[in-house]
Amino acid sequence: MSDPILKLEGVYTDIAQYHILQGVDLEVPRGGVTMLLGRNGVGKTTTLRTVMGHWRAKTGKVLLDGQDITTLPTPQIARAGVGFVPENMGIFSDLTVEENMILAAVSGPIDPARLEWVFSAFPPLKTFWKGHAGNLSGGQKQMLSIARAMVEERRLYLIDEPTKGLAPAIISTMARALRELKEQGASILLVEQNFSVAKALGDSCVVMDDGRVVWSGEMAELATDAGLQERLMGLSMEAHQ
Amino acid sequence: MSAAPKHAPTMAKMSFADKIGPWLPMLLVPAIMVLGLASIPSMSSWLTLTVSGLAMGMMIFIMASGMTLVFGLMDVINFGHGVFISVGAFVGVSVLMVLASMTEAPSLVLNLLAVLLAIIAAAIATGGLGWAFEKVIVKPVYGAHLKQILVTMGGLIVVEQLIVVLWGPEEIYILRPQALQGAITFAGAALEKYRLVAVAVGLVLFLGMRYVLRSTKIGLIVRAGVENGEMVEALGYRLRLVFVGVFVAGSALAGLGGVMWGLYQEVITAHMGQQMMILIFIVVIIGGLGSVEGCFIGALLVGLLQNYIAFIEPKAALISNIALMVAILMWRPQGMIPVVKAK
Repeated sequence: MSDPILKLEGVYTDIAQYHILQGVDLEVPRGGVTMLLGRNGVGKTTTLRTVMGHWRAKTGKVLLDGQDITTLPTPQIARAGVGFVPENMGIFSDLTVEENMILAAVSGPIDPARLEWVFSAFPPLKTFWKGHAGNLSGGQKQMLSIARAMVEERRLYLIDEPTKGLAPAIISTMARALRELKEQGASILLVEQNFSVAKALGDSCVVMDDGRVVWSGEMAELATDAGLQERLMGLSMEAHQ
Repeated sequence: MSAAPKHAPTMAKMSFADKIGPWLPMLLVPAIMVLGLASIPSMSSWLTLTVSGLAMGMMIFIMASGMTLVFGLMDVINFGHGVFISVGAFVGVSVLMVLASMTEAPSLVLNLLAVLLAIIAAAIATGGLGWAFEKVIVKPVYGAHLKQILVTMGGLIVVEQLIVVLWGPEEIYILRPQALQGAITFAGAALEKYRLVAVAVGLVLFLGMRYVLRSTKIGLIVRAGVENGEMVEALGYRLRLVFVGVFVAGSALAGLGGVMWGLYQEVITAHMGQQMMILIFIVVIIGGLGSVEGCFIGALLVGLLQNYIAFIEPKAALISNIALMVAILMWRPQGMIPVVKAK
């Protein structure tokens, strides 16, 4: 395997008195989608937020392309090329869709060709371009949240449960957009509970339990082994749909 | 996975109530003017009171606008904000005293130039003081409201005492520059020249702030930061720098407002900023935390209502602002144009 784009070495993260991450070792290969799976509350979101610097690793290292970013402030991590789509979407409701996108383009004006690509992936954003983001539906807000990360090329995308609570039609739109992003050679670390999406998009997979990585390997291997799913996550993920 | 059906959303037609909803607070200002006109028998008195109310409102807006942004963006309750008003007034008046030859000259240009220089000096001094205040007093207590109240109040007392040390304990009486004294007559009403200048300055500052907040990237960052600072940082912007910038700008605006207010009252004291804080809090709260537009409307409402009520029923003027705040909060508990939800 080539050098990983992201590597976590023995990362421990506490939130208040709770020890959430308890020695996470994880590698995200360059190019392709790495699924981060596990039951609720095992530390998936905390892992992404620790990489972004929202929560600080107490011990351990976070390496982006070999560079230690463990103690860097969040804005510096973002400018190092990490795009983040949080679980709560983090859109700015008081701003228009256009203003949300302008803000996401940190390095300058939005590239028109890239914007057209974003519009082709998420047509509603073009329709509501001048509208307030707060007036969008849940699915459209999620589209905007992902579109903000996509508006500029990033070295790594951290995406937290983009299909959570969405209708199947919208999930399909999301999956198509993420596949296009992957086909462009992007590296994506994707937290996802929807196994159909995980199976369709994932190249590699990391499973967490109790604040640690308990398994990592090819997504295809996990997808075809119901016994492994049962052992790692307590039930077959097909049954989870 | 099944293929997504064609997704072609369209804009829904908004009802009249939906369309007018966001503008309702804006309509309160003309509404209160019409009510004033109906309650005040003389047209000339109404005009005089209206200009006076607008001038007072504009000056309150200048002093309060920085505080609402600091409140909204940084979640900081700065009880020391009033000190920038006092320091601004003292620095500005000191400059005007030095420039006495300009203020006493019967030339509007020289008079306005002197006021402009005083305002610039006050804004620089209070901007610098704001920078130090944020670094020394506010920064250590981010996220702790009770501590913020205590230490910013303490900071206010310390700086007020420094003013007493530097300028003495007595109140200082001042005369406005010659060309800004007196009144002009319009439609039978006497309109003080200085109040007209205050209205113009307030309006220019409001439009300038609105332009910066609505049409520039730094404005976008500030507005987004008021709503979700963590996400702004995740996009790559150093919100801490924006915090400091807004605090400094807010302090400078308060200093500018202090000079304007001092010239309006024609007397300055070390405690003048502290005395203004009640009005400023009312304006910030009824406007909606973090909202410059809400702050502007709130300040105009306070200014107009206070002037009208003081004329119609002087005793009721004491409670008019509190009554206004109660009424607005019963109508819109988050303030007129809330940007930040109560935390």
